Amino acid sequence: MTTAEKTLKSAMKGRTLIIWLDGDIDHHSARELRSRIDTKVFIQRPDELILDLSRVCFMDSSGLGLILGRYAKAAELGIRFKVANPTPEISRILDLAGTQRLIKIENASLRTV
Amino acid sequence: MAKPEPVNQMKCTFPSCSVNEALARSVAASFAAQLNPTCEEVSDIKCAVSEAVTNAIVHGYRDSIGEIVMVLKLESDRTFTAEIRDRGVGIPNVEEAMRPLFTTDPENERSGMGFTIIENFMDSLRVVSSPGKGTRVIMKKKLSMLPLRK
Repeated sequence: MTTAEKTLKSAMKGRTLIIWLDGDIDHHSARELRSRIDTKVFIQRPDELILDLSRVCFMDSSGLGLILGRYAKAAELGIRFKVANPTPEISRILDLAGTQRLIKIENASLRTV
Repeated sequence: MAKPEPVNQMKCTFPSCSVNEALARSVAASFAAQLNPTCEEVSDIKCAVSEAVTNAIVHGYRDSIGEIVMVLKLESDRTFTAEIRDRGVGIPNVEEAMRPLFTTDPENERSGMGFTIIENFMDSLRVVSSPGKGTRVIMKKKLSMLPLRK
C-alpha cells in the first residue's frame, strides 16, 4: 500500500502543522500526496509547516520535487517550512540537490499522533 | 584478469503505468539480493531503477501507455547491470537532459534530478536515445566484495 492510499497523519501544535509522511514517495504516490498536503495546509492555515520524513521507506527525485514544491507553496503563502528527520538514504538525495541551502532540515523528536 | 562471466540474467516487460515504478525497483532489488548487497547498495539500486522507469513513463510515453523492458544482469565480478528500454518519444539532446535540475516538466514538480541521482548512486550510466524511436538507459554498479551465494 502506498502513502497515497492511507490517511496522512498530522497534528496542529500551536500554529505549527506537522505532517508525518510514510511509505514510498515516488512519481506514483507524489501526485495524491501533494494534493492531500496542500488541502491540509489550506484548511489549517498554519504559520509553520513541518514535513516529518522519519517513516518514509523509499524516496526518489519525485519526492524531492514534492518537497521543493511544498517549500515554494509555503513561501507563497508566507508559511515557514521545515523538513524533519530524514533517514540517511533520504538525506543523501536532499544533499545531492543542495536542498539544505533552501530548506531547514532538522532532526528532532516530534511527538507522533 | 579474466573477463567477468555472466552469472544470471532476467528480462521483464510491463506497461508504462506509474504503479509499476514500485514493481520495477522491487524486482531489481530482489534480483540483486543474490549477491548479498549491503543495505545501502540495495537502496541505491532501487532509487536508480525507479528514476529510469519514471523517466520512461513520464517522458518516454508521456500521456500514452507503452511497453517498458527491463533487463537485469549479474556478472562474476559482482557487477550488477540494469537496462531500461522504452520505445517512446526519445530524448533530442541527451547531454542537456542529463544536466542537474534540467526538466521539461516543471509544472508537475519534476525536480530534474533523476539522471544526477543515477550517476551518483551507480558506478556508470549510459543513455542511448533516438527521437521518435525510444531510449535505453544502462546503469552498472559493482557490489562490494562478498562471496557469491551458491
